[in-house]
Amino acid sequence: MRIAVCVKHVPEGPSRIDPSTKRLDRSGEGSLNHFDANAVEEALRIKGESGTEVVVVSLGPQKALDSLRKALAMGADRAVLVFDDAAEGSDLVVTSRVLATALEREEPDLVLFGQQASDADGAVLWAAVAERLGRPVISQAMELSVEGGSARVKRQTEFGYDTLEAPLPAVVAVSDAINEPRYPSLKGIMGAKKKPQEILSLADLGIAEGDAGEAGSRTTVLALGDPPARGDARKIEDDGNAAQAIVDFLAEKRLV
Amino acid sequence: MEALVFLEQHGGELQKGSLGVLAKAASLGDGDVAAVIAGEGARALAAEAGKFGAAKVWTCESAEVAQPLPQPRVDVLAQVVEEGGYDTVLFANSVLAADVAAGLAARLDAGLNWDLADIELQDGELVGKRPALQDSVYADVGWSGTPRLALFRAGSFDATPAGGGEPEVAEVSPAYREHSTAVKLVGQDAAESSGPSIEDADIIVAGGRGLGSPDNFTLAEELAKALGGAVGATRAVVDAGWYPYSAQIGQTGKTVSPKLYVALGISGAIQHKVGMQSSGTIVAINKDANAPIFEFSDLGVVGDVHAIVPKLTELIRARRA
Ligand SMILES: Cc1cc2nc3c(=O)[nH]c(=O)nc-3n(C[C@H](O)[C@H](O)[C@H](O)COP(=O)(O)OP(=O)(O)OC[C@H]3O[C@@H](n4cnc5c(N)ncnc54)[C@H](O)[C@@H]3O)c2cc1C
Ligand SMILES: Nc1ncnc2c1ncn2[C@@H]1O[C@H](COP(=O)(O)O)[C@@H](O)[C@H]1O
Repeated sequence: MRIAVCVKHVPEGPSRIDPSTKRLDRSGEGSLNHFDANAVEEALRIKGESGTEVVVVSLGPQKALDSLRKALAMGADRAVLVFDDAAEGSDLVVTSRVLATALEREEPDLVLFGQQASDADGAVLWAAVAERLGRPVISQAMELSVEGGSARVKRQTEFGYDTLEAPLPAVVAVSDAINEPRYPSLKGIMGAKKKPQEILSLADLGIAEGDAGEAGSRTTVLALGDPPARGDARKIEDDGNAAQAIVDFLAEKRLV
Repeated sequence: MEALVFLEQHGGELQKGSLGVLAKAASLGDGDVAAVIAGEGARALAAEAGKFGAAKVWTCESAEVAQPLPQPRVDVLAQVVEEGGYDTVLFANSVLAADVAAGLAARLDAGLNWDLADIELQDGELVGKRPALQDSVYADVGWSGTPRLALFRAGSFDATPAGGGEPEVAEVSPAYREHSTAVKLVGQDAAESSGPSIEDADIIVAGGRGLGSPDNFTLAEELAKALGGAVGATRAVVDAGWYPYSAQIGQTGKTVSPKLYVALGISGAIQHKVGMQSSGTIVAINKDANAPIFEFSDLGVVGDVHAIVPKLTELIRARRA
């Protein structure tokens, strides 16, 4: 069996939008989207049970290789990065097109996604990719088992819990409650360097430049503004007296 | 604008969030607004959709849409968009609607703007309002080409009847694609309604994964008791089995607006925020100075819950004694 895991490289620390491009500033340090570590962990758990190949796939800047290597250090077998300047600024329509094309080459039995990209909070990409792949999709999985050619998922919705089943090949997006991602071991980190890491351009995928990046996108950012003012919000660092400071604050607000 | 609104129904009840989006679309006053309802009993709900501003309602009751699953609904919507010539399709965010919207975006190669808090017409053009980056900036977003798809944040609009009349009703029965009907619902646990009610509490102390273990929820419980409040939880800890679902606050849990909300070890994800943002005063303790929760707390305390909360509980007890 082969499991492909879609992972995103996201900016570390507080993010900012570059006013000139109206896009997220990705120039600083980045790391593996922590929600995607849950998806990698789940793939590794299934791999442990059944001798599966785990390939991690990302669309992103060249630096996204760092995040892919982290997934390799956790135990994934192979990495594929789609990196192309012409793919910068891709929206959902384009990102799903590029990822689906990259995934098709892998012919995975199962494609896993994380719960959301911490820099975009879309929590939607899997459904678009599944549609392009023509595969069943289940999102918000808090329990996943793969048996007898199908995936079985328990998940939470607004109305309680559902148990769903999809025949493989299928797409599943996992929630951050599904597992505790492992930390890469030193041996894992050393070993990751030698694992196959493929970098693909849009041309490699047969995608025209005009169908990617801002040119291919169907959404635009028109303007940026400040959010409504929030009054007198305060932030303090605990120096041992935080409990007292909270009580004083509550007293001032007549809440105790 | 030829707008279509996806109305979500559950057990024969139209969901308020999607009715709010319908009412909003109708209030833009730029042409008639249509709605689509899928699932058992869809036809019977058409009249209610009319009250919220739908001039036309498309219904689908085929067996393929009997379960609350997204992919057959993509087939339904694609068909309605084509037959009705709609250039705008609007959704209220939910587990189901998000997957329908994104699936439709891929099917139609259409732009989807998500997490919108509002929408308006500027010089005849639709502009979406999107709070981004933990709501630290507000972006005006648009679409190039049609159809334009939009997914609105939970609770963006009130569901106020627009005083519309009896809508025109049309049935739709698309051809379902093979992958669209492959997922089966094999079991359902309705949300248990037992347990203490947090919706009416004036004070809520909510715990997240930062509490570290289920046992540490006693920290939240003791503080809640001292303050005379109730205990809430995040989805992460509910799904991990640390605390009952009845206490969950957020998009798929309860919406609360107590006078005081104390968040212990909660990161402040948008799906949690939508369930508690209208609280009077928000106090958060989190050891990560960059945690999103600080963006919407009145008092943010960067520190360890294990060090602070026991002391805090003691001080409050002493004050009350
Ligand atoms: C469709 C959908 C629906 C959802 N619905 C909901 C919902 O209804 N409700 C909900 O809550 N979530 C919901 N979520 C999940 C949400 O996105 C987050 O994953 C979740 O809220 C995170 O819970 P958390 O804050 O407990 O955990 P985490 O995000 O893991 O945060 C834990 C926090 O604790 C801090 N911490 C750790 N140790 C300490 C310590 N010793 N002292 C102080 N702080 C510490 C950390 O810095 C961190 O910020 C939904 C997600 C999706 C995609
Ligand atoms: N650029 C990307 N490359 C690979 N996977 C991605 C990318 N962006 C998002 N994902 C995956 O899609 C999930 C949901 O992302 P989003 O819908 O953007 O919040 C993430 O948790 C990842 O698994």
